[in-house]
Amino acid sequence: MKTLRFLLEKEFRQLLRNRQLMRTLLLAPLIQLILLPTAADYSVKNIAIVVTDNDHSTTSRRLIEKIVSSGYFKLAAYTDAYPKALTMVEQDKADLALQIPEHFERDLVRENKKQLFVAINAIEGTKANLGGAYLASIIGDFNNDVRVQFGAITTTQQGGPAAATITQADPPQVTVASSNWYNPYLKYPLYMVPAILVTLVTAMVAMQSAFNIVQEKESGTIEQINVTPIKKHIFIIGKMIPFLVLGIVLFTMGLLIGRLLYGVKPLGSLLTLYGSLVIYLFAMLGLGLLLATYSGTQQQAMSLSFFFINIFNMMSGVFTAVDSMPGWAQAIVSTFPPSHFIRIMRAVVLKGSGFGDIKYEIAWMVGIGVILNVWAVLNYRKTA
Amino acid sequence: MFFMNWPAKPNVKEIKMKQLFTFIRKEFLHVFRDRKTLLMLFGLPIAQIVLFGFALSNEIKDSRIALVDYSKDAVTTRLIGKIEASHYFDIRRSLAGGNELQAAFKRGDIKMAVIFPANFGDDLIHTGKATVQVIADASDPNQATTVTNYFQSIITDYNAELSGNAEQPMQITAEMQMLYNPELRGAPNFVPGVMALVLMLVCTMMTSVAIVREKEMGTMEILLVSPFKPIYIIIAKLAPNLLISIVNLFIILVLSDIFLDLPVRGSILLLVFCSILFIMTSLSIGLLLSINAKTQQAAMMGSLMGMMLPTMLLTGFLFPIENMPIFLQVLSNAVPSRWYFIIVKRVMLKGLGFGDVWKETAILAGMCILLFAISLRNFKIRLQ
Repeated sequence: MKTLRFLLEKEFRQLLRNRQLMRTLLLAPLIQLILLPTAADYSVKNIAIVVTDNDHSTTSRRLIEKIVSSGYFKLAAYTDAYPKALTMVEQDKADLALQIPEHFERDLVRENKKQLFVAINAIEGTKANLGGAYLASIIGDFNNDVRVQFGAITTTQQGGPAAATITQADPPQVTVASSNWYNPYLKYPLYMVPAILVTLVTAMVAMQSAFNIVQEKESGTIEQINVTPIKKHIFIIGKMIPFLVLGIVLFTMGLLIGRLLYGVKPLGSLLTLYGSLVIYLFAMLGLGLLLATYSGTQQQAMSLSFFFINIFNMMSGVFTAVDSMPGWAQAIVSTFPPSHFIRIMRAVVLKGSGFGDIKYEIAWMVGIGVILNVWAVLNYRKTA
Repeated sequence: MFFMNWPAKPNVKEIKMKQLFTFIRKEFLHVFRDRKTLLMLFGLPIAQIVLFGFALSNEIKDSRIALVDYSKDAVTTRLIGKIEASHYFDIRRSLAGGNELQAAFKRGDIKMAVIFPANFGDDLIHTGKATVQVIADASDPNQATTVTNYFQSIITDYNAELSGNAEQPMQITAEMQMLYNPELRGAPNFVPGVMALVLMLVCTMMTSVAIVREKEMGTMEILLVSPFKPIYIIIAKLAPNLLISIVNLFIILVLSDIFLDLPVRGSILLLVFCSILFIMTSLSIGLLLSINAKTQQAAMMGSLMGMMLPTMLLTGFLFPIENMPIFLQVLSNAVPSRWYFIIVKRVMLKGLGFGDVWKETAILAGMCILLFAISLRNFKIRLQ
């Protein structure tokens, strides 16, 4: 135990002495946590639309007005030629092109039917999907307005005796009353802050612990430790504890920032949250240690950890839902500790889930953590 | 004439070039000797393109929902049949309601609950109106909105059925055409994004340790006392990374053509030219980091912690940039991968020519020259 204390003292001193490193370790993640959650916003607004109006009628003008005043679209341009509009979509000057064909108003009245043409840049699937849906619903609304205006149909409220002769009895209707739990104002930062905090803590803890051990290898100081009677596991614990502490400090600061800036107040118990954090850090430190045992230079440790961290970040459900991945990918993702911790964070912070609700996630993390650590310790050789 | 035996005075320029090539050779040997790093460098893009290309998507389908049916009549049975038939939902369980629903939400078992109140069918037939209640787990706002919309569209369908598909007067329809990505796949958006992300981070990371490593190992001193110009040191350091990245680029392009069905539609020459420009810009960022860092650890943390998340978010392939707050939009202009992402989308996916990407290319060229010049200025020929 005494050896451990001395080792810890050494580690903490080395860590705190390196000012430039400490700055990167603490400030870089916190600045990112302050700035970046607002970048993550899926709500689709400001869709740039280019309108080709070949009709120039009152009806076509009213449709354009209705689209622009909806708030979802902004008019990028107004052209006479549809090819010109398509070129704008091609050049990313507009996301969506709408063509109102010639004699739109006339045919609508005479033939009771007219088609509009919409072309959407579908490279960004979400935007295309939602943009198309918004436009369709605006056109649907407009359709009703037009019917009322031309007296083709009236709603029951407006249905005076004269109009009633045209209207048939209203067909039965099912309506939907929807409510949004846990985030009634649909604020995206609430969802992103916990996950971004996890990615930042992950990157710092896992990589830093790997680098730290490899650095001793590279500078040769690890040999000095190897010739001492310090036990392998004591040395490893001595290396892990400082980063565990650093991880907890960073996490706490992150929670405070989330609370002050974004109003993210954990609904669940802090005990559950911190308990899961320690288990998670244990697993990630095991990964860092494992990577360290496989690398001889800091450069190797860096490329190895970059490989994992980048895949973790992209696949763990921070930005895209794990549920929408194919089955094989979900199976791979379930072996990533961050995917479980992110799920725990979101559940505990936003929904107030308790230990019983997240016990499977915890079990996964414990299992992966034990495997990684045992593997790392077995692979770690005291002989150089 | 004894001086006749002296070798002819060699050309100074020739010596310089020879020196440079020797030095470049040394750097290449360093890189190729480190098999583990090399394996990672080539394995990373392959794994990521395949993994992300297949697994990532913004599409939301098979959402787990709970059905609570207090009415159990012909109408709700018909509606439930319709819900089951759509591929949007995966009906997990029919809960009793109340507390049990809340628990299911907290465990994350369900994303939405649909509740048919008692006498649903009777209400619909006798009063012509019935309301189905929908509760969405809005901790993920995007998913909540999408799932609610899907449900709404099923109900709208049903309502149309109820009204007997009677021909509506003055029907405005819209023909929607999804350009470039008719099936709304995720890969067309994610592949260019991952290309930009991987190339940028690998280049920056690899270069960020280049100079500082020599400093840390003490070999910098030897380089500085040699009659070797700083610019040669820099060029020699960058050459292997440039080559590796170009090879990586081709691997990525071939993979996305073969596996993801995303061939380069535009000119390959233009794409490669822009890519090299982008790679050089990223190398310059790494160089700048390396020159300013005191230790390898600080350089790596700077290039990974400092750049990974901002690059992911501000490139614009995860979240639309025009939705971000103004200051982040301004900041994103300084991220080279943002411009490269636009170039790849236009040249690779849309098949556009230089005329449509000259602005982005010019910006990248400007960034590259600026960063390289700053690095050169900051390169100190003294150790302290």
